[in-house]
Amino acid sequence: MTFWLLLTANSVTFGGLLFLLAAGFSLIFGLMRIPNLTHGSLFMIGAYFGATFAGGMLGTMFNFWVAALMSAVLVALFGAAIERLLLRQLPGQPLAQVLVTLGISFMVADFCLMVWGGDPIAVATPPELVGFVRAGPLVFPLYRIAVIGIAAVVAIALWLLLDRTRLGAMIRAGVDDPEMARVVGIRVSQLFTIVFALGAGLAAFAGVIGGPILSVYPGLDQYMLPLALVVVILGGSGSLVGSIVGSLVIGFIYNFGQALLPELAYFVLFLPMLLVLLLRPQGLFGRFVP
Amino acid sequence: MSARIIAYAITLVALIAVPYWISGDYYINVASQILFYAIFALGLNILVGYAGLVSLGHAGLLGITAYAAGYTLQAGFGHTTAILVALVLGVAAMAIYAVLSLRATGIGFIMITLALGEIIWGLAYRWISITGGDNGINLHGRPEPFGISLDSPSAFYYATLVVFLVALAAVAVFVRSPLGAALMGTRDQPRRMNALGYHVWAIRFWACLLSGLLTAISAVLFVYYTQFISPQALDLTASAEVLLMVISGGAGTLLGPIVGACLVVVVKSVVSGYIERWNMLLGAIFVAIVILMPEGLVPGTMRLWRLAWRKAERRSGKAEAKP
Repeated sequence: MTFWLLLTANSVTFGGLLFLLAAGFSLIFGLMRIPNLTHGSLFMIGAYFGATFAGGMLGTMFNFWVAALMSAVLVALFGAAIERLLLRQLPGQPLAQVLVTLGISFMVADFCLMVWGGDPIAVATPPELVGFVRAGPLVFPLYRIAVIGIAAVVAIALWLLLDRTRLGAMIRAGVDDPEMARVVGIRVSQLFTIVFALGAGLAAFAGVIGGPILSVYPGLDQYMLPLALVVVILGGSGSLVGSIVGSLVIGFIYNFGQALLPELAYFVLFLPMLLVLLLRPQGLFGRFVP
Repeated sequence: MSARIIAYAITLVALIAVPYWISGDYYINVASQILFYAIFALGLNILVGYAGLVSLGHAGLLGITAYAAGYTLQAGFGHTTAILVALVLGVAAMAIYAVLSLRATGIGFIMITLALGEIIWGLAYRWISITGGDNGINLHGRPEPFGISLDSPSAFYYATLVVFLVALAAVAVFVRSPLGAALMGTRDQPRRMNALGYHVWAIRFWACLLSGLLTAISAVLFVYYTQFISPQALDLTASAEVLLMVISGGAGTLLGPIVGACLVVVVKSVVSGYIERWNMLLGAIFVAIVILMPEGLVPGTMRLWRLAWRKAERRSGKAEAKP
């Protein structure tokens, strides 16, 4: 019984982490209609930045949360630069844009290998969250509960942003009908930069938050990208609810799969995606078929 | 026309003479690599160039074929059986790929093939009881067609060359065939083709199978060349490398994927001897080609050549008109 409860709690934590990663991926996909193949790399480089700042590799030890925010801002700027300088060169050519993001992902991966080397870097859990929560027979790390809380806060913040602000309304208009949004005077191309930066920042933030759980190592990008892809195919692109539901479903399937069928965990993960593709190509909550 | 035939003949002679004018086993091996990667790229080009379907999961197909060959050989079967099993499984895997991914085109097709490739990578990596995980599967020995041993680099090169020429001829015939023309029709005007009564899905499906067959053939050569197969051969980087071959050379041309394979293999095996950062360079070439020369090296050079030719012609025309 404890085993199952623990597995469930771990699944929710992993789902929360996936949500932080996939929410940006989904928004970018929804608005720009391209799967951003650098998203795993942004997650990884964010995690490396966080480990560098929080681990005192630059001389000063930053507070974990400050390090996470700094990393998010840095990577958001990097994302904005990618969008402004490269993707902007290829308007209306989604295929070429995807290939550019693929190329950048290789460069980022190699850059990380060059700077931080091939050994995994462990990220220390912030001291205020070290410890365990006891609930009857269940012992669960405090940090993992905090991750669930952070994911929930980010989800609410994103919902407020998308549902209650003018910017959010503009983004939703861009997702639903980019041409019409342009016609009514929304500068959709400016939205592209904003959303790309936002998604990149969120991915980097997720990378730092995930650091104490996953640690940082070369290949983390290729480990996370397919997960984000599956979440978005499952949940539907450009939909916040879709990202939440998709992340939780994938979190559960992945953790249960790893515990019960370790050799086939990766395979089991993709089964729901295939089912969705066959039965509901736009995803569970999606607004368009990619 | 005769100039073209002479050019073909010279190229053929040069290809046959490679082991004589290139010294050193290492470079003959590089030439073999170029040839089997060119077959792989020709196979992917059928989808990317002629069908307009960009696949990011072709390394998974290569992996299935290579693992099938390795596993069958390990189980104690002969080379003929192993090759047949590998080819059949490779094409069957492509058929499954096609059924799943042809539900979409464009970005959707990329995403589904990417996911399928990652599934196969995950299986190869995790399903240790079958694939050996990270340790991979070792092969022992190469087949001996007609009693000729392929153990020496130049013998293997000639075997690869024969297969390559057959594959190239097959693709050339396919592209000029009615099916090839119909395939390009489905790339440019799928709805119109549908209205004309063509079965767009079926045409794409057959193209997928041909692409899968070429991939499987190159996979067999690959696995006999390296004598080893591990998950690294089928990760996303491997799929991206082949795609880079097709796109850098020029998608939708016969020569393009071959030039691309040449470029990538040479850069990879020669340059990586000097600098460690192969992936950085791969990414940079990718970005540069997509932004600066999206049509690829072969059509791009031809366009520049024609431009220069026309300019020169105009100039000489003026020069003649003056006196």
